[in-house]
Amino acid sequence: MSIELSGINKRYGSFTAVDDVDLRVESGELLALLGPSGSGKTTLLRIIAGLEAPDSGSIAFHGADATATHVRERQVGFVFQHYALFGHMTIFENVAFGLRVRPRRQRPAEPEIRKRVQRLLELVQLDWLAGRYPHQLSGGQRQRIALARALAVEPRVLLLDEPFGALDARVRQELRRWLRRLHDEVHVTSVFVTHDQEEALEVSDRVVVMNHGRIEQIGTPDAVYDHPASPFVLEFLGHVNRLPDDDASGAPRYARPHEIAVSLQPQPQAWPARLAHSATVGPVTRLEFAVDGRDAPVNVELPRAEFRALSLVQGAIAYLRPTRVRHFAAAPD
Amino acid sequence: MRASRVLPGFGVALGCTVAYLCLVVLIPLSAAFIKTAQLTWPAFVDVVTAPRVLASYRLTFGASFGAAMINAVFGLLVAWVLVRYRFPGRRIVDALVDFPFALPTAVAGIALAGLFAPNGWLGQALTPLGIKVAYTPLGVLVALTFIGLPFVVRTVQPVLEELPRELEEAAATLGASRAQVFLRVVFLIVIPALLTGFALAFARAVGEYGSVIFIAGNMPMVSEITPLIIITKLEQFDYTGATAVAVVMLVVSFALLLAINVLQAWARRRQGGLA
Repeated sequence: MSIELSGINKRYGSFTAVDDVDLRVESGELLALLGPSGSGKTTLLRIIAGLEAPDSGSIAFHGADATATHVRERQVGFVFQHYALFGHMTIFENVAFGLRVRPRRQRPAEPEIRKRVQRLLELVQLDWLAGRYPHQLSGGQRQRIALARALAVEPRVLLLDEPFGALDARVRQELRRWLRRLHDEVHVTSVFVTHDQEEALEVSDRVVVMNHGRIEQIGTPDAVYDHPASPFVLEFLGHVNRLPDDDASGAPRYARPHEIAVSLQPQPQAWPARLAHSATVGPVTRLEFAVDGRDAPVNVELPRAEFRALSLVQGAIAYLRPTRVRHFAAAPD
Repeated sequence: MRASRVLPGFGVALGCTVAYLCLVVLIPLSAAFIKTAQLTWPAFVDVVTAPRVLASYRLTFGASFGAAMINAVFGLLVAWVLVRYRFPGRRIVDALVDFPFALPTAVAGIALAGLFAPNGWLGQALTPLGIKVAYTPLGVLVALTFIGLPFVVRTVQPVLEELPRELEEAAATLGASRAQVFLRVVFLIVIPALLTGFALAFARAVGEYGSVIFIAGNMPMVSEITPLIIITKLEQFDYTGATAVAVVMLVVSFALLLAINVLQAWARRRQGGLA
């Protein structure tokens, strides 16, 4: 089921949450809406779900206009950041909710409901928790139940609003991969919102980078990371240094911390810099260099072993040479 | 145990609490029982099952129950409106809810009696319709409803305020209609608080005196409440008779509150916490 958005606008008072957005979500893909808070990504997701109405613009599901369709009839599965499970119902009843509230004629018979809920609980690998209440579950388990509940109504599209935002780092990473595998299994068109670039790059088929209610760039994770369309995308998708020298036209040049080579001898096209600080975090060492005549430090990341081989001490002079430079000739900055 | 306590003053605090509760609650209550014990069992039964006394139980407990029910329904509605909608004058309405708390009950009683008397504002309109409020059991119900309103609103309001919007949104995305969202989600979550409010309104109504006697007319067998029977007995220096009736009220109120508490604990346990 594809989703087409065209000319979507949404304002709250004088704040423009979504500014003339066109977007096409392909059938069966897993799309990430990525952006800082206030970039309009959640609002856009809620507009797709029908939880918010756009001020103007239209939404179509598989070519059929759905702009005026009520959220109840839109057949979307929605997963909330804080799970939004029904605390007064068992896990089983939470998942069965969407089936039980159907009009009598479309409602499956009780044995069929049991069978389907059981199957969904197995899909999220939590069938042994059917009789528990949500408050007895961990955050990660709750979110998986929320997903099972959303899938129970066989939604045409699955929408996830910062689904891992409330979880701790380790669970988050685990669930991320699990979501990717699940999507490969059920293949429902899915859109998920996140402010975590790593999450977006790891999980999604395509990434939509948003800023100030507008789409900055759409592309595969590799495309947006390797060929950012604007300084904003470049900066948002990971740490980046603005290099001390501008290019010929005076536009700024950028290099990512892992794309800078460090040597102890002077090199062509390398600047001398003084090591101000270093910290080794697991496999990488993060170095902070001070460059004469510049306030902002240059951040460099080296593999642990490489840093060791350099035997660089604090205060020592090293020569930095970017191995890959990005610049935006007509930077709209 | 003592050494590991972080909060200081446990002994003193507990001592004060127990002493205070004894002084204010337990000693007066046991006095009622001791005074009643002066009666023989058959005499006690005679006093508390006199037809006039039985009629007063029916009125007091019946009207209190009815008033608490009315308040449960409309109190929930008022709380819902106050929490969910923003309208001019909302703060004033919010403050008005507390009015029955603050108003001296005698003032409320006189106001209601004046309003519903056959020549009062509302009485004038209702009398031609054949509805008599003042000086009937209906008047008792009106007075008890008036004084019980804040209890339900004030217990339900915070629960509704903390009810995450997402629960309703989640239910809606799953295809639930407005009515289903309310009945299957909101109402079930609010029930423990609603029961608490109901119990408080009921308990208050059972013991209410001031606002009722003006509007009730106090006709024996018809519109005479149990607290008035107790007062009447006291005025006739029938102290043991008065305490006997009081003991019955005490036991019945206690039993009802206990039942409601058990119900409430059950509802709360099922819910655990909002997840």
